[in-house]
Amino acid sequence: MPLAAALQGVAFGYRPGQSVLEGVSLGIREGEFVAIAGPNGGGKTTLVRLVLGLERPTQGNALLFGEPAHRSSRRHALGYLAQRAELGGDAPTTVREVVSAGRLAAGGLLGPLRKRDRGLVSEAIARVALEDVADRPLRTLSGGMQQRAFIAKALAGEPSLLVLDEPTTGVDAESQESLAGLLDRLHSDLGVTILYVSHEFGAVEGFVQRLVLVRRTIVFDGPPGDLPGVWHDPSHAHARE
Amino acid sequence: MLESEFMRLALAAGAVVGVLAPAVGFFLVQRRQSLIGDGIGHVAFAGVAAGLLLDVAPVLTALVAAVVGGVAIEVLRSRGGTAGDQALALVFYTGIALGVVLVSAAGALDVGLYQYLFGSILTVTRSDVALVAVLGAVGLAAVGLLYRAFAGIAIDEEGARVAGVPIGPLNIALAALAAVTVALSMRVVGILLVAALMVLPVSAAALVAWSMRSTFVLSLAIGLGSTLAGLTISYYADAPPGGTIVLVAAGAYALLLAASTVRGR
Repeated sequence: MPLAAALQGVAFGYRPGQSVLEGVSLGIREGEFVAIAGPNGGGKTTLVRLVLGLERPTQGNALLFGEPAHRSSRRHALGYLAQRAELGGDAPTTVREVVSAGRLAAGGLLGPLRKRDRGLVSEAIARVALEDVADRPLRTLSGGMQQRAFIAKALAGEPSLLVLDEPTTGVDAESQESLAGLLDRLHSDLGVTILYVSHEFGAVEGFVQRLVLVRRTIVFDGPPGDLPGVWHDPSHAHARE
Repeated sequence: MLESEFMRLALAAGAVVGVLAPAVGFFLVQRRQSLIGDGIGHVAFAGVAAGLLLDVAPVLTALVAAVVGGVAIEVLRSRGGTAGDQALALVFYTGIALGVVLVSAAGALDVGLYQYLFGSILTVTRSDVALVAVLGAVGLAAVGLLYRAFAGIAIDEEGARVAGVPIGPLNIALAALAAVTVALSMRVVGILLVAALMVLPVSAAALVAWSMRSTFVLSLAIGLGSTLAGLTISYYADAPPGGTIVLVAAGAYALLLAASTVRGR
């Protein structure tokens, strides 16, 4: 399988002399469902920003679909769900309006959405089972439903690689389970590559094919079943190690 | 009232600005950049002062200064590593300081300056209205074409950036549109009140609207209504038009706030 994303011998710091990541080599094959976990401050969000080309490595290479990530020609094939606190806008915005924003890169910038784009928006809303509330303002919905709306927004762009950064922040346990099930269905139905980043991976442990633990460098990379018991809660045991 | 040509011209110019200001302000409010209009207004003041000093039409020099100021705010914010409010403060204070120095050098610290600070819509000429109509139509057409792009960035700028949407050029376009709006609105409500017409109708609309699009459309209606009602009131009450227009918009906000509070009970 070709690689959707790769880091080769990557080191990174936000300031000279600072080391947030070092010696990181990682390949995400197309069609994989991978969880990136680790303690807060361990560098997992930085790792994702490097993969997405939002930061450039101070050493090594970051590749997206085989091209340098920061000037990839396939950016429209990326679906990204940022940490929820970073999403916003004050006007009452409906689910459909949020999801429509996901067609911006692929559907063109000028004028109204075309018929095909509107169809893809409706399809994405249906995939996350929000048809009944499609025209309701997002802020009137529960945290879990809001999160699903943003996943639909990412799906509307027909992504080859879906990246979710801390998607369970502020979402109750039941919604976390439901979110994990939804991602599993999307993975098997659409064959989309999923990169799931979170300080806790319990909700997706049963679904992901591969787990990568990050603490400045990669300390574990393999099937979740092979993970040593002491690391099963990376935000605690692993952080204290 | 309509038999007076100056009122017909005032209403025509006011109608264009009353629609354009909230149309552009809508996106600034959604991105929590409500005060950008104010910052650009202060740079426009430096442009007016330069026009007075160089004996060039102040509206034109204000337009150039506003575009430069608006783009500078955006560039400082996005590339200079300067926080949004600091970028705004930097341009804001530099603009007002430059304006004061230039106005003083031009010897124009007099009543003539008032028409730019507080508006002078009752003195607009046919050629002024033609300029406002043409630039206003261009501005509205640009907003119409780019509505989805501006809205998408307001909803999720980082997601759009990751997907390859050209955020930088779009942000510069929005800043330039805000600058044109400020320069055009200057004659209607004045530099000191221009941001109010970009923000108040949008804030009022968001209180009762049910979607982003309905907020946008409603804010245009409130902006237009406030401008026409404000001009009418100022004609009969012999009150300053700029201040009256903004007070009507503030009244609309208070009214809709009360309505949404009652509805929420």
